[in-house]
Amino acid sequence: MTEQYCTFELDGLYLGLEARKVQEVLRYQPVTGVPLAPFPVRGLMNMRGQIVLVIDLRRRLDLPEAPEHVRPVNVLVRGGDGLASLLVDRVGDVLELAPEAFEPVPDTLSGTARSLLRGAYQLPDRLLLELDAEQAIAL
Amino acid sequence: MGEFDEIVGEFLVESQEALNQLDQDLIALEERPGDREILARIFRAVHTIKGTSGFFGFTKLETVTHAGETLLSKLRDGELALTPDATTLLLSMVDVVRAMLGTIKERGNDGEGEHGELAEALKRAARGEPIEPSTSAQPVTPDVAVSVPPAPAAKSKRSKPSAKSDATRIAEAAPPPAAAPVTASAAPKPAVPAPIAAPPAAAPAPRAAAPRTEAGQQEGTDVRAPAFDSVRVDVELLDHLVDLAGELVLTRNQIRQLQALLGDGQLSSASQRLNLVTLGLQEGIMRMRMQPIDNVFSKFPRMVRDLARACKKLVRVEIDGKNTELDKSLIESIKDPLTHLLRNSVDHGIEPPDERTRHGKHPEGRILVRAAHAGGQVCVEISDDGAGIDLERVRDKAVSQGLVLAERASRMSRDELINLIFLPGFSTAKAVTNVSGRGVGMDVVKTNVEHMGGTVEVETELGRGTTFRIRVPLTLAIMPALIVASGSERYAVPQASLQELVVVDVGRSRQRIERVHGAPVYRLRDKLLPLVFLSEQLATETREQNFLRAKAHIAVLFAGGRQFGLVVDQVSDQQEIVVKPLAAGLKSLNVYAGATIMGDGRVVLILDVVGLAQRASLATNAREEVAFSAPAESLDEEEALTSLLLLRGPDDARLAVPLARVARLHTPLAVEIEEAAGNQVLQYGDEIMPVVELAGLLPERRLRPRHDLADTKPPERLNLVVVSAGGTHIGIAVHEILDVVDVRINLKGPSRPGVVGTMVIHGRVTELLDLDRVIEQSGALSALAEAV
Repeated sequence: MTEQYCTFELDGLYLGLEARKVQEVLRYQPVTGVPLAPFPVRGLMNMRGQIVLVIDLRRRLDLPEAPEHVRPVNVLVRGGDGLASLLVDRVGDVLELAPEAFEPVPDTLSGTARSLLRGAYQLPDRLLLELDAEQAIAL
Repeated sequence: MGEFDEIVGEFLVESQEALNQLDQDLIALEERPGDREILARIFRAVHTIKGTSGFFGFTKLETVTHAGETLLSKLRDGELALTPDATTLLLSMVDVVRAMLGTIKERGNDGEGEHGELAEALKRAARGEPIEPSTSAQPVTPDVAVSVPPAPAAKSKRSKPSAKSDATRIAEAAPPPAAAPVTASAAPKPAVPAPIAAPPAAAPAPRAAAPRTEAGQQEGTDVRAPAFDSVRVDVELLDHLVDLAGELVLTRNQIRQLQALLGDGQLSSASQRLNLVTLGLQEGIMRMRMQPIDNVFSKFPRMVRDLARACKKLVRVEIDGKNTELDKSLIESIKDPLTHLLRNSVDHGIEPPDERTRHGKHPEGRILVRAAHAGGQVCVEISDDGAGIDLERVRDKAVSQGLVLAERASRMSRDELINLIFLPGFSTAKAVTNVSGRGVGMDVVKTNVEHMGGTVEVETELGRGTTFRIRVPLTLAIMPALIVASGSERYAVPQASLQELVVVDVGRSRQRIERVHGAPVYRLRDKLLPLVFLSEQLATETREQNFLRAKAHIAVLFAGGRQFGLVVDQVSDQQEIVVKPLAAGLKSLNVYAGATIMGDGRVVLILDVVGLAQRASLATNAREEVAFSAPAESLDEEEALTSLLLLRGPDDARLAVPLARVARLHTPLAVEIEEAAGNQVLQYGDEIMPVVELAGLLPERRLRPRHDLADTKPPERLNLVVVSAGGTHIGIAVHEILDVVDVRINLKGPSRPGVVGTMVIHGRVTELLDLDRVIEQSGALSALAEAV
């Protein structure tokens, strides 16, 4: 049984989420800041009348802030607590991957990033890291 | 869900409704023992539950209901007369059945408990044997009750009731519904005010025959409206419709803008129609969320009966306006405060029968529960004809419990004394009973009601009784709010807690923001109003930055039992906002009550006023409250304190300027300074503001090489202290801005021209600048005046 993955880039990393967890992808929207909220929270955005929490995935993974010219993209993820958006640098293709290619998280990764990753897929040209969607949007 | 589960689910929902009705009918029957119609209805309801439980194989449930049915049939046929003990027994049966239904819902079977004792008691009663109170599983007897855990008006716990834990349940008003979907009742046509909750006596349709399309099956709904007039709607669907309606409003706003841009006539009429339809739709959907308050009230007769028996009192409860509708979310939140107030009335308000007789009152106390719509709000009153609140005792208790200083208490007005009962920890109960008297409660009642955007009032007369009046808005889903700005964001402040708006020009000495014990206050009509700086609470700015703003907008709020001023940057308009819940991860922040979407599509956070006050630790300390509400003249000592802005001048000299004279602090780029008529000036708002170097104004005391100027590069930015002078401003450039301090001015003689005197601040000799002199000396203003 293959699983579909929605892929994206973040600070040079190639990451993927289970496609069934992703509701849609949206270009960057203005957000309303939420003072006192945890650091990864960028704010709240209005998605067709629904208020959605926007989480900066770079901050969530302790990665450096995005350079000025990068316009992040919203990846809307359905979680247990409802909808949330993960800001990523760029969205890639949807890939179909077989579980045989699955490997544990490489040892080179550490810290927060490691705890939010489920594992990796070795693709012909690069490594795809699978993000745990529920963990990523849980604060 | 399998078909069988579905049928069981329906059985549970219907039985739940029947049980709620049974509670009421049994109480009614006690008042009118001869009413055969009520008796027949009770019998049919129990019979139906028995029959269906037998069909599903819930044998334990069947045994209990069968025993009850036997007793009821004897009563119906007139073979036995109804006694209070028999009523109690039947009520305990209702409780046990309710508990079993809960177990069925959770676990799919009717539980382990045999309830043989109850069944036996019922059987014995049916045989006409006298009922012994000890075996009748009486809902509340004092000795059972003592062992019951405290259940103040807080949240209703989801108890897993057994027959013996009845007291717990009574203390909490009612167990949660076993009914699966929580739904609201919907009116078929918007024009007809929702036909839910017909008066109970109106159409006693047989329960067994009532089909499952009946409206308002939520716990306690007393619905006997004709079955086909209403439908059940899932709350989730309803919420979705509310969202969609909100979205439609936004789209309508966009179309309006477009129409204004295009000026097209056809588009204009279509847009107007869209406007009307949108408004109608929104109103209709809001109406769908409305439920009669009877959902809460219907529990009261049973509760009062059990309580009165526990307290050995005679109490009659009368209910008025039970068809008054309010939003379903409010129905849920108003239940606890009302239950608590009612419990208080029975326990504290109504006197024991002998005492009442002694005072020439009817031995039976009377509690009137009344609900009505009034001015866009729902007003609920609970009044008793009991002893009233003894304000002298309240005063003594509050002093002895350390809640108020004796000196202050002796000067309190009647209203102030009454409000003492809302202080946390206050209790006048002579003895702690299971019912009340733990000193947890009235403050919780008040806080809960305020969380709903409501108010609590008390009227009391010694010996005559007490009335509690709660006012809450009709709905929480839409509320009026004041939009304010702080930093780069806007926030919504619920209008319910707003009292007035004040704009303070900090530069003017009369209107000052002062500090008392380090806490910022504003003198509002001879009262000191504690201030909460929004940007400071939200950590977007420090207090000092706030303090030095030229203008402060203060929203005077009342919440959590106290008045305070919320300082914001800007106040814009008042709007009706649609409240939406926050993401789960943000709920713990407790300073936001939710979020809303504005007309421009942006999200705006709604401030939780009570939470904000708590965060600023305003609402917690009752002692402090007394200090703050004291009239201003009692604060002479603080009066003498003056706020000074500490500066570092040339040669590392410490200088100070009265903060009252400082309009703001400004750090322009050095290149922004321009030359005009030989003077340095800066564009400051609409003004051209002269800028003078402090170093150039003060005569040097001794000659010394100026290291700091020679060695360092000119700074990129200037530190300007903007001072108001004669209707205009002047910028004084200083080396560094150090601090703001509150000191008692105690000056030694002047050290040099341009200085009023010297004093020691923070262990350093500090010179207090003679601002007017310095400005005059600089000639900057006159030079500018000539130039312009």
